[in-house]
Amino acid sequence: MSQQIICTVSDLVVNSGVCALVEVHGEQKQVALFYLPETEQKLYALDNWDPLGNANVLSRGIVGSVGDELVVASPLYKQHFSLSTGDCIEADASVSVYPARISGAHVVLGA
Amino acid sequence: MKKLKIVVVGNGMVGHHYVETLAASSVDADICVIGGESRPAYDRVHLSEVFDGKKPSDLALTTRERYVELGVDAHFGDFVARIDRVGKKVVTEGGQEFLYDKLVLATGSYPFIPPVPGREQAHCLAYRTIDDLAEIKASAKGKQVGVVVGGGLLGLECANALKNLGLEAHVVEFAPGLMGVQLDEGGSGMLRRKIEALGVKVHTNKATQKIVAGDQHRLKMEFADETQLETDLIVFSAGIRPYDQLARDADLNVGERGGIEIDYHCKTSDENIFAIGECAVLGNFIYGLVAPGYRMAEAAVSQLTKEKVSFTGADMSTKLKLLGVDVGSIGDSKGVVEESRAFVFSDERDDVYKRLNVTADGKRVLGATLVGDCSDYDTILQYYLNDIELPAEAENLILPATNGAAPTLGVDALPMTASICSCHNVTKADVMAAIDDGQVTLGDIKTCTKASTGCGGCAALLKNVVDFELSARGLEVNTDLCEHFKFTRQQLFTIVQSTQIKTFNELIAQHGNGLGCDICKPAIGSILASVWNEHVLESDLVPLQDTNDTFMANMQKDGTYSVVPRVPGGEILPDQLISLGQVAKDYGLYTKITGGQRVDLFGAQLNDLPDIWGRLINAGFETGHAYAKSLRTVKSCVGSTWCRYGVQDSVGQAIDLENRYKGLRSPHKLKMAVSGCTRECAEAQSKDVGVIATENGWNLYLCGNGGMKPRHADLFATDLDTPTLLQYIDRFLMFYVRTADRLQRTSVWFESLEGGLPYLQSVIIDDSLGIGAELEAQMQHIIDTYQCEWKTALGDADKLKRFRQFVNSSERDANIVMSTERGQIRPATEAEKRRNQLKVLP
Repeated sequence: MSQQIICTVSDLVVNSGVCALVEVHGEQKQVALFYLPETEQKLYALDNWDPLGNANVLSRGIVGSVGDELVVASPLYKQHFSLSTGDCIEADASVSVYPARISGAHVVLGA
Repeated sequence: MKKLKIVVVGNGMVGHHYVETLAASSVDADICVIGGESRPAYDRVHLSEVFDGKKPSDLALTTRERYVELGVDAHFGDFVARIDRVGKKVVTEGGQEFLYDKLVLATGSYPFIPPVPGREQAHCLAYRTIDDLAEIKASAKGKQVGVVVGGGLLGLECANALKNLGLEAHVVEFAPGLMGVQLDEGGSGMLRRKIEALGVKVHTNKATQKIVAGDQHRLKMEFADETQLETDLIVFSAGIRPYDQLARDADLNVGERGGIEIDYHCKTSDENIFAIGECAVLGNFIYGLVAPGYRMAEAAVSQLTKEKVSFTGADMSTKLKLLGVDVGSIGDSKGVVEESRAFVFSDERDDVYKRLNVTADGKRVLGATLVGDCSDYDTILQYYLNDIELPAEAENLILPATNGAAPTLGVDALPMTASICSCHNVTKADVMAAIDDGQVTLGDIKTCTKASTGCGGCAALLKNVVDFELSARGLEVNTDLCEHFKFTRQQLFTIVQSTQIKTFNELIAQHGNGLGCDICKPAIGSILASVWNEHVLESDLVPLQDTNDTFMANMQKDGTYSVVPRVPGGEILPDQLISLGQVAKDYGLYTKITGGQRVDLFGAQLNDLPDIWGRLINAGFETGHAYAKSLRTVKSCVGSTWCRYGVQDSVGQAIDLENRYKGLRSPHKLKMAVSGCTRECAEAQSKDVGVIATENGWNLYLCGNGGMKPRHADLFATDLDTPTLLQYIDRFLMFYVRTADRLQRTSVWFESLEGGLPYLQSVIIDDSLGIGAELEAQMQHIIDTYQCEWKTALGDADKLKRFRQFVNSSERDANIVMSTERGQIRPATEAEKRRNQLKVLP
């Protein structure tokens, strides 16, 4: 996917998630953005769609770590999804992850 | 090595268990099973449930497909006609021949029909197979009366089945009492009363002499005492006889009263032929229960492997629910052993009968009979099976608890052979072995032993055994909050309070590790709120909250939220009701009255929440904390103001209590209620804090709940004046908030308090810990710093930024689609969404 500026850093919430509406390959996608300033990568982006709860809610989960893995816990049924791979720890399910970074005051999605 | 050819004759429960056990074993075998019934094995124990609406397929233990998967060559609907021991083959009635290396007979038994003249006519039936059920059903159609001959276990079950078919059901028993094999006279009499109370007519001491055509009904039974009974159908359930004809024809040894003789290895007199289940007789005894049959099957399979297990008999104790009546029988239930001495408890008011038979020295259980109340069954069975020495007052084992606490059996007293999980046959030794292998959590022990993964009835016993053993081995039972904090919630509370730490980041940096998770973050968010009571949306606190707290609303299954404003005591102005309705209409919300006397508005989208709350606050509402682990509602009746019986103003008291404690964050949600008199219309005794008005003041009840495991509250103090009532509740709530575990209800917390009610009374009433003033001061701080969380949030543009559905678009979530039902919205099902061909994101 091509790079696009989707919002500013001030739209993010420290140590938590927000959701952005973006176009990926001509299709509208809800993308959850997690801003963890104390980690190496700082910004993580994955589908907002919880494939187990069947609702657009992952951006509203609590982020944290399970062992060395950074994860978000779905607010619906609490399964953990890896922020770096999108894989679910408890179930055979996964969501897409997207390259994302902070550039100056902007949040850039895509590579 | 050449593959063994194994032929199993019979595909009942036991035959099937043999096939499954063999297929799962290390034995390399070609398995062939021949079943006489037209369908694969099914659960015969629950046969009568077919009359309650279960389909025959619900009872299936396996399927033809499953056998194909296992590589089992299965044949149904064909009976084996003879065994050729010399040629080592069996021949079926259909003419098929099967060669075997080892033959397993699991032919079961057939119903015994007493030789009564007239028994051959139509509508004289048996009760044994699914096909029998179909015949009984057909015969009962449009008829009024049915008789079961036989007052044993199966007979009573069958009587229930007839009742469920709409017939007037009679039980005719030759012996003087029901279930004569298991129950003594007292137990049998009590069972009879209970069954008659259910509308089943019981006739004992009746010998049927002949069956002739009836006058009003199809049949007439004539008894030896010259009485008669007319009926439309008769079902015989007078015991079973082993199917041993095949064995007899093949010259295998059979028992004096029938049954194929076997040894401890389930081998018959031919060393290549085994017999298992109800067709087999071991030492002149036929084991007519399914569990011993399973053990025989396992023993027979093990003869083909290295580790040979013997079947040396089995316990025939049973616990059942017959027509809804609990019946239990253990060991020598009737006390026929000479040295047996009995304790008998009979309660004719509640129809409970219990008999405990012990040895002459009073030290061992010989057997027991329980009718109407089987709650002591498991404990008595453990004493019996494991030959454990009885406490001095053994009679307490069967006496109601009010007459002194019943002796419970410490898990350390259980021997290694004690059965922990009967579904999977797991003993205490198996659990110990799992711990020896390095399993130290309950979950891992369950996984590797399979204990408690069947019916789950042994969960508590298993946990006790595991916890006891872990601590006995000096292993700490892990009470850490999670992987990030090696502390309990109570320890963390003390740390926060004594170090004055105000943020999660400080706490994890100094006392934890990693980034935290969805377990420790909300728990610490709650602790910080209980101590400092800052706004839930402060930027340091936001990342700690579950979605409900973050958005101050309750997330529903489709990602929308529900909104519940506070209605203290359930008292609401008409204008407020109207404005609630108007908001619901304007935003298209679903409305429902909650169980706690409030109005819940469902289906709100994230970005509408601030607007909705702006309207509600203008109408005089404040947040109801329905989203938080905190005080939810104080329910009330109308009290002395309106009610003829009320003795105090319950509404006023409920409103005062709700306003006093609203916003208090606690380990679990809290509910209270105030009733204006002992009629208890507010259901105060099912609440964490319950108040019931008396002529002289207030009675205080604590630690009840109506959750998954309901618990009545305990009466804590009586006839309190209002200031004392508030003082006690202040102290109680804050003591709970400080010391409970994460997500621990007051009821569970209370049950874990060492010293129980007297201890709690000493802390709260007598201030035995000297912390009363401190608890009150802490509560006063919470009360003084209360704010309506929504009101504060609405005044802060930064906090409201969080309520955008998308940070870069004002569009709405296209996946949220509603349908209409009973005039209101509800989330559309996936099928409805597809039908409307709506584009579902992503």
